[in-house]
Amino acid sequence: MADGSHAHDAHHPALQHHFDSLEQQFDASVLGMWAFLVTEVLFFGGLFMAYIIYRTWYPLAFAEGSHHLDITLGAFNTGVLIASSLTMALAVYAGQQASRTWQILFLGLTLALGLVFLGVKAIEYAEKFHDHLIPGAGFLWEGEAPAQQVQIFYSLYFAMTGLHALHMVVGAGMLVWLMAMSARGRFTREWSTPLEIGGLYWHFVDIVWIFLFPLLYLLGRH
Amino acid sequence: MANTMEAVLEPPNYITATHGLKSWLLTRDHKRIALLYLIGVTFFFALGSMFAALVRLELLTPAGDVLEAETYNKVFTLHGLIMVFFFLIPAVPAVLGNFLVPIMIGAKDLAFPRINLLSWYIYMVGGLFTLIVIVLGGVDTGWTFYAPYSTAASNTHVVLTGVGVFITGFSSILTGLNFIVTIHTMRAPGMTWFRLPLFIWSHYATALVMILGTPVIAITVLLVAAERALHLGIFDPRLGGDPVLFQHLFWFYSHPAVYIMILPAMGVISELVAAFSRKAVFGYAFVAFASLAIAVIGFLVWGHHMFVSSQSVYAGLVFSLLSFVVAVPSAVKVFNWTATMYKGSISYQAPIMYVFGFMGLFLVGGLTGLFLAAVGLDVHVHDTYFVVAHFHYIMVGGAIMGFQGGLHYWWPKIFGRMYSEGWAKLAALVIFVGFNLTFFPQFILGYLGMPRRYYAYPDEFQVLNIMSTAGASILAIGYLIPAIYFTYSLFFGEKASANPWGAKGLEWTIPSPPPTENFEETPVVTEPPYNYAPEPEVQLG
Repeated sequence: MADGSHAHDAHHPALQHHFDSLEQQFDASVLGMWAFLVTEVLFFGGLFMAYIIYRTWYPLAFAEGSHHLDITLGAFNTGVLIASSLTMALAVYAGQQASRTWQILFLGLTLALGLVFLGVKAIEYAEKFHDHLIPGAGFLWEGEAPAQQVQIFYSLYFAMTGLHALHMVVGAGMLVWLMAMSARGRFTREWSTPLEIGGLYWHFVDIVWIFLFPLLYLLGRH
Repeated sequence: MANTMEAVLEPPNYITATHGLKSWLLTRDHKRIALLYLIGVTFFFALGSMFAALVRLELLTPAGDVLEAETYNKVFTLHGLIMVFFFLIPAVPAVLGNFLVPIMIGAKDLAFPRINLLSWYIYMVGGLFTLIVIVLGGVDTGWTFYAPYSTAASNTHVVLTGVGVFITGFSSILTGLNFIVTIHTMRAPGMTWFRLPLFIWSHYATALVMILGTPVIAITVLLVAAERALHLGIFDPRLGGDPVLFQHLFWFYSHPAVYIMILPAMGVISELVAAFSRKAVFGYAFVAFASLAIAVIGFLVWGHHMFVSSQSVYAGLVFSLLSFVVAVPSAVKVFNWTATMYKGSISYQAPIMYVFGFMGLFLVGGLTGLFLAAVGLDVHVHDTYFVVAHFHYIMVGGAIMGFQGGLHYWWPKIFGRMYSEGWAKLAALVIFVGFNLTFFPQFILGYLGMPRRYYAYPDEFQVLNIMSTAGASILAIGYLIPAIYFTYSLFFGEKASANPWGAKGLEWTIPSPPPTENFEETPVVTEPPYNYAPEPEVQLG
């Protein structure tokens, strides 16, 4: 392959002019993505902070509100995301091995699993809409806990899962872009940085869900 | 003909390398992006200053006569909003930092040039939202967006303003991210961590605050917008939410944001003190670690904004103690700069005038910060003009003085032209006098009990308010003079040599203005920073 013959050339096509070597460029890209993920942790952190405070104040309302979430769909979606993390890790490995077929296959699988997740999420949102559990003027609640407090639980539910879903949508776009790069044979044994940092992003989004699922769905079910 | 002659005589620099508007708007050169930012922050500084002028004009007389109460609310809101988010936060890091961080560490550019350009566009789009808000009729919540003013009471354009702040936040995050990665991975051979100029250390600390704090304000503002638009009841007490939670989340960013504004200015001061005292900065490691200490401890003091917001007394005491602690590294810096000047060979050129201004004004601002950190005293002066005076001593007296000092020091490097030394010294003096006349009376006003954010006040406060407004006029002249002689110097200024100050640092080893790639060959660093000691004797001999 054309790229392979330039394996140890200082002027690798992916090397940007302001870096001395591919290693330096790789270190910069990976550190940049980690720093970005730190900002993401803080971004979600504000919501988790609000969750902690209101759950401490309104434990009954949070437990009751949580019972109206569909635990089966939530658990299914958790499984889907964990599987997508596996396929993403395999895609990164395929990038290191410069295997174009496997890259596209695993990226495609990851994308499919991500879309399944978003589809299930849409079904759940539709159910909540149907049950009048969307915060606002139309919010209806007939349980024991005060409606206002349950509404805060649902406000946080929609804010947290909505922001997470938005990150999934961005991730799906990223996967399409990575597949396009892969199809054009851009990834070589020396350089598959976008796959590596794309993988970091995808795993991060998965991990956020790993926290959201127990906090929102499993609350008070023990 | 003359142009071609010049082109033959002088190798192209980053300004003359390519031509046309497109070559600027699509540039990835950190130096050009710094200039784009300079245009942006200058514009917003002028805009914010006009709102400040309206505030001072209204407060000239006790009665509310120039503006209506609601207009006044909008005017001080827009003044704060524009100055904080669109001038003070980007000013030093995005202009001087962007230009100098890669050069000072011997790199060709920042690690992510495209992201750097993106950050400028994000900043401008955020600014555009703010301009749209002004045109549509403004916003009146105060720059702090306190709930429930912002979530329920205000009927102005809170959502649009929030979106603008949210967007602009990302430009700050991306700049910080770029600095951290660049400083970690792109230092030239021999440029060890303890050979880095202190400007770099302070920008590194700033970048940490940018990436750790800004996302929290982003989510907070997003929740305010969601609360207004979608009725998510997080902060509105009518919906069961807690307005104090808003204050916690807001100040968790906005107090550290103060350090985003002052830390880079401190970096500038460290460079200037060394260059004009011809001495290495006293206690280099202490000054370097003081930056990091300010960044870290700065995240633990936000509760001092909330001593009277139903926060627990015990939390208040802890926040008070921590606020005293954060003053220690700032004091370390001031002491070390002073010790640097001690027995130094000080040359009284224009940039160091701003250093003197900074040190005096920052000292007053910092010490009055201790007043405000004391729980008992704060209850007396909370939400009065004492607070306004305090943070203007830090923001204007500290951050802007630092920015201006840096601009005067690196102007020859950035544009390759010298400005008028005499006018520059005069401007520094006018600014110092005007500033003190504007803001010192406000300490007294606040202590006597004049609250902030009111458009009218009792008659007995008028004399001090007239002094303040008169000072603001002098201050305005002080800012106009540099605008004139800087512009003049661009066209008629004497050509600057590579190192007009005889200063140390990699930026002074390359031509003024620098070529696009900064260094023809990657420099190898063999000496500690500020290695001034033997040089003057050699030159004198």
